[in-house]
Amino acid sequence: MLPEIGLGLLWLAAALAGLQLLAGGLSLSANGGGMAGIVRPVAIVQGVLAAAAMGILIWLFVQTDLSVKLVAENSHSAKPLMYKIAGTWGNHEGSMLLWVTVMGLGGAFVAAVERRLPEPTMMATLAGQAFVSLGFYAFLLFASNPFARLYPVPEDGNGLNPLLQDPGLAFHPPTLYLGYVGLSIAFSFAIGALITRQVGPDFARAMRPWVLGAWIFLTVGITAGSYWAYYVLGWGGWWFWDPVENASLMPWLAATALLHSCSVLAARNALRAWTVMLGVVAFSMSMVGTFLVRSGILTSVHAFAVDPRRGGFILALLAIYIGGALLLFALRAATVTEGERFAITSREGALVFNNVMLSSILGITLIGTLYPLFTEAMGTKVSVGPPYFTPVSAMFAVPMFVVLLFGPMLRWRRDKFSRVSGVLALPLVVALIAGGWAFAVGVRHVLPLLGLALGPALVVASVLPLRGRSVLRAPLSLWGMVIAHAGIGVALFGMASDSAFTVEKLVAAKVGEVQQVGPWSIKLAEVAPIAGQNWTAMEGVLKARYDGGAEVTLRPQSRTFWAPLQTNAVSALKGRWNGQLYTVLGDETVSDKGESRWQLRLWWKPYVPLIWIGGLLVALGGGLALLSRVAQDLKRRLARAKGGHRRDEVAALAKGDAA
Amino acid sequence: MAVRAKHQRLVLLGIALVALIGAGLLATWALRSQASYFYVPADMAANPPESDRAVRLGGMVERGSMKNAADGVTVNFIVSDGKARIPVRFAGIRPALFVEGSGVVAEGKLGRDGTFVADNLLAKHDEKYVPREMKDMQQARKAIENTK
Repeated sequence: MLPEIGLGLLWLAAALAGLQLLAGGLSLSANGGGMAGIVRPVAIVQGVLAAAAMGILIWLFVQTDLSVKLVAENSHSAKPLMYKIAGTWGNHEGSMLLWVTVMGLGGAFVAAVERRLPEPTMMATLAGQAFVSLGFYAFLLFASNPFARLYPVPEDGNGLNPLLQDPGLAFHPPTLYLGYVGLSIAFSFAIGALITRQVGPDFARAMRPWVLGAWIFLTVGITAGSYWAYYVLGWGGWWFWDPVENASLMPWLAATALLHSCSVLAARNALRAWTVMLGVVAFSMSMVGTFLVRSGILTSVHAFAVDPRRGGFILALLAIYIGGALLLFALRAATVTEGERFAITSREGALVFNNVMLSSILGITLIGTLYPLFTEAMGTKVSVGPPYFTPVSAMFAVPMFVVLLFGPMLRWRRDKFSRVSGVLALPLVVALIAGGWAFAVGVRHVLPLLGLALGPALVVASVLPLRGRSVLRAPLSLWGMVIAHAGIGVALFGMASDSAFTVEKLVAAKVGEVQQVGPWSIKLAEVAPIAGQNWTAMEGVLKARYDGGAEVTLRPQSRTFWAPLQTNAVSALKGRWNGQLYTVLGDETVSDKGESRWQLRLWWKPYVPLIWIGGLLVALGGGLALLSRVAQDLKRRLARAKGGHRRDEVAALAKGDAA
Repeated sequence: MAVRAKHQRLVLLGIALVALIGAGLLATWALRSQASYFYVPADMAANPPESDRAVRLGGMVERGSMKNAADGVTVNFIVSDGKARIPVRFAGIRPALFVEGSGVVAEGKLGRDGTFVADNLLAKHDEKYVPREMKDMQQARKAIENTK
């Protein structure tokens, strides 16, 4: 009964989305004003219904209701509770329901709290959101019903891919989805603004917190996903330029560009058409990513089901939404009036440079990701990996980082480079020292050298905008920018360290033997069997000493799951302030003389955790900026609520907001 | 800069277009030299790739061909498609379902001595998660079985 209720809720939510589109659209016409009143409540109820359907599906997974096809195919009664819940979105249908739920709740949230936009723009925005949702409801109901029943009921489920049975998975997809789908709100705002021709600072200020929110989730999701790949796959790498990773990177690049152009539009009323364009592109990239991942058109752990009909469906949705939005943009862009002017040497100029570089990186990532599809259509199979992506993206990233050294210190509108060049000496000296140190310790490749020099310089330069200000009185949003930019420098240093300093050793070791990896000496003390809730494993016990220091124990495993039957290496990590020791246990090999040895793969990765620390700092910076925007908005609302006799204060606050 | 408003918009558009087209051209050029092509043994025997070029080789691991080297981490085996046989060397931890008689995709370079040196092996994870190239190898498997 419960699955049918879930399906019914979904149909209801879809119908409400239709109503929301209709009412929102009608309210824009001259005589349809009466419809405007119902749009917000409908949007809220629609979001709640979608969330209820998601809740039911989670409950079915927790109960392991095997009469539901999705549960039987993807869950197992012996799975730990956390992975039963996480298994809800660890499959195609469940993840699409999560997508629709997040989209519905996002729309509901906007409908409930956003009051800054002119009402017609708001109606157009909510109608746009409903229009996008409708497509995904249709996809869910017609091509990927998560509540389909199975008869006869099997004795137990198939289980979840062991690679996905990891705490990281419980949070990684929902986080990314909040980011992807959060961008749908920016998309709807852009559509709404285009329809009503209301592109201006108010539009940017209303859209900015939503973009910030989505961008924070994307940043956290990508950082977590990178760490997950790093320690679960057991290959010691943190970014593979896998299509799925690219699918999350592309919306992030677009959202980062959008965030920066939004602040130009909010502060200076410039880059109007460009900002709207980025709003469209950012969510389009989310949908392209979903298409690539969910259609199974590219190989990946994330490609749950290969079903050409679904691919066709998503392709059609892509064509309708992206094509439609771009068409609307083409028709309306000329009527979006020109914004304010600015000189090349100005904050705006630096931000335009940032936007163009980010868009270029986005372009080369998109081309590289789609290239295998093009060549395969021509009959040649290729794959595109790091040898293409890393150097080509660096060609745009490095100039962007150089401009980031001084860009935030430039004044709006017009500035002289000579004003900041004196202050710039400090980061330049840091870059020279760091680069010189890296060269002295033997780093010879260009990109790692550049990264090791630029990373610390960026950290120093990012703090410079605080100079001459009282640290305590500096606005929160300034702190947000400082921390986010410093995070980029920290992450860059970690990435460069990985390629510059990593020491790797692959051996077959006898029990009792000691290996040297960089400064570590590691002894294989024993290998013993061990069992978990739904797996058995061989566990290696490694006693490691850093430079003759205290002994630490690492326990890498070679784990065999039985539902589904599959073996996985589970790495063991040991962090220090200056890096991480990474160990993997492989197979047992028996030599001709009958000697037993165990394969060990050992890495010493100096400073590598900085990659994820940097990523989290970037997200934290975004969080502070968001907090300051929300606080400002709340203050203004409070002031407005207190009524007319305090109008002076409102005016003062509004002035503060514009600054 | 005394650029008039209307012109500034065009200038910005021009800069963006130049950068994006530049990125596109750069990408196409780089892809031509950096994309890794997929070979089956017959292709590789007929048209060997240059020795510094990263490519992928897919086929079946020939039965009885897998030999562990004395160092305990290197394995030598032969990848076949029923038409040609390519010797492969791999040092590392092998994927769990990497066994004789099953499909494999090796990423690496063809050495000058005609041995393919793999730095990564992709094997089937399980029945559900099959690398895409491997599905095409069902045909290769049939071809091999027919010759027996």
